[in-house]
Amino acid sequence: MLQFLQNLGKTTRSSFAKLGRASFFLTHTLAGINEVLARPNLLFKQMYSVGVLSFLIITISGLFVGMVLGLQGFNILSDFGAEESLGVMVAASLVRELGPVVAALLFAGRAGSALTAEIGLMKATEQLSGMEMMAVDPIKRIISPRFMAGFISMPLLAALFSAIGIMGGHMVGVGMLGVDDGAFWSQMQASIDFQEDIINGMLKSVVFGFVVSWIALFEGYDAIPTSEGVSRATTRTVVNSAFSVLALDFILTALMFGDI
Amino acid sequence: MANSASPEDNIVSISNLSFSRGPRKIFDGISLDIQRGKITAIMGPSGTGKTTLLKLIGGQLAPDRGQIHVDGQNVHRLSTKDLYALRKRMGMLFQSGALLTDMNVYNNVAFPLREHTHLPESMIRSLVLMKLQAVGLRGARHLMPNELSGGMARRVALARAIALDPLMIMYDEPFTGQDPISMGALVHLIKSLNTTLSLTSIIVSHDVQETAAIADYIYVLSEGKIIGQGSPQELQQSDSAWVQQFMHGDADGPVHFHYPAADYLDDLLSSK
Ligand SMILES: Nc1ncnc2c1ncn2[C@@H]1O[C@H](COP(=O)(O)OP(=O)(O)OP(=O)(O)O)[C@@H](O)[C@H]1O
Ligand SMILES: [Mg+2]
Repeated sequence: MLQFLQNLGKTTRSSFAKLGRASFFLTHTLAGINEVLARPNLLFKQMYSVGVLSFLIITISGLFVGMVLGLQGFNILSDFGAEESLGVMVAASLVRELGPVVAALLFAGRAGSALTAEIGLMKATEQLSGMEMMAVDPIKRIISPRFMAGFISMPLLAALFSAIGIMGGHMVGVGMLGVDDGAFWSQMQASIDFQEDIINGMLKSVVFGFVVSWIALFEGYDAIPTSEGVSRATTRTVVNSAFSVLALDFILTALMFGDI
Repeated sequence: MANSASPEDNIVSISNLSFSRGPRKIFDGISLDIQRGKITAIMGPSGTGKTTLLKLIGGQLAPDRGQIHVDGQNVHRLSTKDLYALRKRMGMLFQSGALLTDMNVYNNVAFPLREHTHLPESMIRSLVLMKLQAVGLRGARHLMPNELSGGMARRVALARAIALDPLMIMYDEPFTGQDPISMGALVHLIKSLNTTLSLTSIIVSHDVQETAAIADYIYVLSEGKIIGQGSPQELQQSDSAWVQQFMHGDADGPVHFHYPAADYLDDLLSSK
């Protein structure tokens, strides 16, 4: 029992210490944003590896998710004779929830893990301390551009995911199951609200982009500089990002859509 | 003797430095001075903390007690900005090379120039090629770090360390992994850089012969203390058993080859 309490105390203390380091890291990273803006080339390069290289996985997953929504939605709606509302259902689920959330989860797996591994290995091979000795601040030079690239890419990827997903739903619903094309689009246009749905969905993905990039970069920077340490940090990035995204999604949904 | 020089002649001056890693005392109140314009060697068995000492001088680690002054400034009292300004005047060659793996050799050497100067690309090119020529790797400028051997990587790192023409360079094991020819060339290079650019060099090395050939002054560290110091000639003739052992590479003697450990036999027989 005493042992348990002792361990609990230790874990709590080290979690708080880590939280402190993470906050310090974040402030330092944000302070470097100015310099990134002054050297946009650094940002473009990272936008490519963080954002552009995630296109494929986002596109394909978006398509399949949209197609499944089309099938399932049609099954349920046709019981009530409301197949025409398929467009609304597909679009609302994607724009409000699945777009931001699934895109963020995929982003954590595709780009977040890569960022953690990259930074962790740079630390393990002394590239970060080498930079420090060359009087170059590794957080500003290496971390800030990556953070900003992740932060900017995430909403764009989520929007791409939703758009492709709607096309997937259309393909299945209209193309295969015979829902009326005009009704699919017009009902969607009538019911999806720009402020309520699209802006809120974007807002969610902005938050997720911030959090996932922060977690991924911090885990890499804080990794124990060995192969095992980097591999553990990579796992933690994916797990912690997933938890944070899902928990934040609930909180944000409650604030935006719920009357709690 | 370095210690008798006036304080202004010392580019680095360390007084009463203590540093621990966990329970292990790496340095226990050492003091030493590095004279400006000279080549000073720091030698000692593996694991005594030579790399740690360089990191303390560079301000990457903070001492538990004692002070380190570099060029008149207390390294651990400086603001981040001043520390970075000081570091531009210090070059450091890492034991591992620490090249940036996402850039080729050319861009690695150009990196500090691009970060800290606004020189036009043509000027950067000439500077980079000059530095690479000096380490004999001008022809390797398109290679990526993973295509270099360990010895080549270290020479590229050397070219990068001298790119900004620093006041002082710290070499961590510059000779390891070099064949006799490039070793000879490196020894010559370090010596000539020191005289032509009026640099100060600190060399951490195990290669007693090569280092003794170019060093003006040598400190021998062991178990957190300075166990010997002096010019190479003085050390060769030293009557301290420790220094003799080190200079001649004897396995037996007062300096232990083993990391501190429990008795070997007990260790083998015990179950834990
Ligand atoms: N990050 C670290 N955490 C804990 N202990 C460390 C760390 N780095 C080094 N040490 C310990 O500090 C001591 C000194 O290490 P250091 O790397 O300075 O040795 P060194 O003299 O450079 O050895 P070598 O000649 O093999 O390079 C070693 O005993 C090592 O166990
Ligand atoms: Mg070392």
